[in-house]
Amino acid sequence: MKLSRNMTGWLNVTPLLAVLVPFFIVPILVVSVASVMQTDGYGGMFMDFTLGKYLDVATSALTYNLYFATIKFALLTLVFSAFIGFWVAYFLVFHVRSKLIAMGLFLVCTVPFWTSNIIRMISWIPLLGKEGLVNQALLGAGLIHQPLEFLLYSSFAVVVAYVHQLTIFMIVPIFNSMARIDKRVIEAALDAGAGRWDIMRMIVIPMSKSGIALGAIFVVSIVMGDFFVVKVMSGGGTASVVGAFYEDISVLQYPTAAASAVILTIIVMLMVAVILRVVDIRREITL
Amino acid sequence: MTKSKTISRRNLLKAGAAAAGAAAGSGVITGFPTIWAQEIKDIELRHVGVSYSVVKAIGDQAAKDLGFKVTMQNLDTSASINRFITQPNSVDIADLEGWQAKLAAKRGIIQGIEAKRIKQFDNFLPIFTKGELEGSQIANQGISPFAALYLEKKDSTELHAGVAEWLTNVPQVYNADSIGYRPDLVDHPVTEWKDLIDPKYKGKAAILDVPAIGIMDAALCMESAGLVQYGDKGNMTKEEIDKTIDKLIELKRDGHFRATWTTFDQSVQLMAAGEVVIQSMWSPAVAAVRTKDIPCVYAPVNKKDGKEGYRGWCNGMGLMNHLEGKKLDAAYEYINWYLEGWQGAFVSRYGYYSPVPSTAKKFMTDTEWAYWYEGKPAPEAITDPYGLPMEKAGTVRDGGSFVERVTNISCWNTLMDEAAYMNKRWNDFKVA
Repeated sequence: MKLSRNMTGWLNVTPLLAVLVPFFIVPILVVSVASVMQTDGYGGMFMDFTLGKYLDVATSALTYNLYFATIKFALLTLVFSAFIGFWVAYFLVFHVRSKLIAMGLFLVCTVPFWTSNIIRMISWIPLLGKEGLVNQALLGAGLIHQPLEFLLYSSFAVVVAYVHQLTIFMIVPIFNSMARIDKRVIEAALDAGAGRWDIMRMIVIPMSKSGIALGAIFVVSIVMGDFFVVKVMSGGGTASVVGAFYEDISVLQYPTAAASAVILTIIVMLMVAVILRVVDIRREITL
Repeated sequence: MTKSKTISRRNLLKAGAAAAGAAAGSGVITGFPTIWAQEIKDIELRHVGVSYSVVKAIGDQAAKDLGFKVTMQNLDTSASINRFITQPNSVDIADLEGWQAKLAAKRGIIQGIEAKRIKQFDNFLPIFTKGELEGSQIANQGISPFAALYLEKKDSTELHAGVAEWLTNVPQVYNADSIGYRPDLVDHPVTEWKDLIDPKYKGKAAILDVPAIGIMDAALCMESAGLVQYGDKGNMTKEEIDKTIDKLIELKRDGHFRATWTTFDQSVQLMAAGEVVIQSMWSPAVAAVRTKDIPCVYAPVNKKDGKEGYRGWCNGMGLMNHLEGKKLDAAYEYINWYLEGWQGAFVSRYGYYSPVPSTAKKFMTDTEWAYWYEGKPAPEAITDPYGLPMEKAGTVRDGGSFVERVTNISCWNTLMDEAAYMNKRWNDFKVA
């Protein structure tokens, strides 16, 4: 039996559709419908089409403050995790001679991820606290006379936890794209008299772009959609977009929470679109 | 003592079932436990609620005594009420605070509980049934357990003001919350909420970050410091909310709060790790800090000049609407079991209270009774519900006797009419 071209196409996209439709399209439709409904304040919702919740969310200074706070964390995390991820991948690809050892070291990078996210985050608390190990060490060494308070329950702590959690999402795709750089290209560049920096600037970075972009998509969308790390590591000292609409749900304001969720989804999609615009991943990968 | 009681009760139940069987045959006795041991063993009750109220050890004991399966499931306050409302059929017994009982009734997800089927109902403290204790009226700011107790009919959706035949929930555990502080680092005994926002403790204070009740703790502070006056702290106007939040933001910008906390463990950790010296706190959390050999005191914030007072809360068991037949009978058995004393004694050892202390007393030693309820120096060492040492002999419970604490509650956990607005403003505070 020979399938028509059309049929083969549909079969090809079936697995993806089987995931996307029930786990993305349907929920987002439900949430979208909820966002234009009204609530009686006691958890009941009735259909009385309104865009009022969107207007409320869009015109509230709170929304902008929340996005400012969350995007700040996303960008800081992106910068640090990309920096660390890049150099780790670079080391593995270009400085470890044996492929086997490189692979082994790469697997070692994933070891911390065998424990839960929450445990990895919470382990920072005894380290960074007022009476934590870092402060005790610094006090003991006489470098400081007052414990450093910014270490914990601060934006600093939030970024530390995010970078710790998300750097792996940078390492993997960057490692992947770097590993595919043909070493002969670099040898040729060396022979042609290029310096280390030139090779980095003209060969390694451009050819790792797709990895960085993929990593960036992971990091940005995870940070934008998270509230737990912010809540715990900032000691409730700052809020996040998702945290705020989680609170809305706790007082049964479902339509407002739904409208905020739809807006967040759109904004994250826009951010991903920008990343894809900067780096044409499809072209880079199929190259 | 506890053990022998348990066994005797178990035997009693068995005897009861046998008697009921005989009675069913002869048709003489009615209204006795008519469920047959054979039939109930397949029943499973799912009791869902917050971890400090829905405790596995209690469910296990109940299952042992009653002969059917009990599953305890824990969620935080917000997730619980959302589950009750959106998936009512996944829950049999909903653990409800007063305001949640009001919501649940309104949504029609619970059924009225027949007061006369609750055997200990007449032994309930009048706090719950009449809104008073030893002649003093119990505070009515917020939603008091009394205000949320009655329904006119089994399927009413509005609370009934005053006494009626039907109940929204059967109260099972409650307490009065205030402030915890380090007596070695705070230079005077704390008896007023304003100490929590005293600039002296800048960078060393924390406040509860569950908006609905955090705002009440904040209001108690503001009122105590004379910064804001409230008509009803349990149901603030937008203007009162604004004033409270603006002040909180000001304090936050001055670096007053080291952190905010949402869970029991976080509050213990903040205090135990030396991050804060004063914070809004729950009584068992203070005890948990002390078991780490770190001095910590639960502030007795008795009412004075129309200010101060504890923030009270109470959790009770509601029956979901879908319960019927044997399962409903089992649920009544379960509720009745709760009030027989084993559970009352268990929660009392946490520092919480039973709504029927007369039965809890039977399961407590004289030492425990003297310490937890009478506010007397403990004649012997006190242990926690799991038998671990907790307080030395001679210790007096902070806040004094049961009556002194409960009559000094000035407002109850609630969901305000302006909850949506309050929530939005609370997030302003968080992100500031």
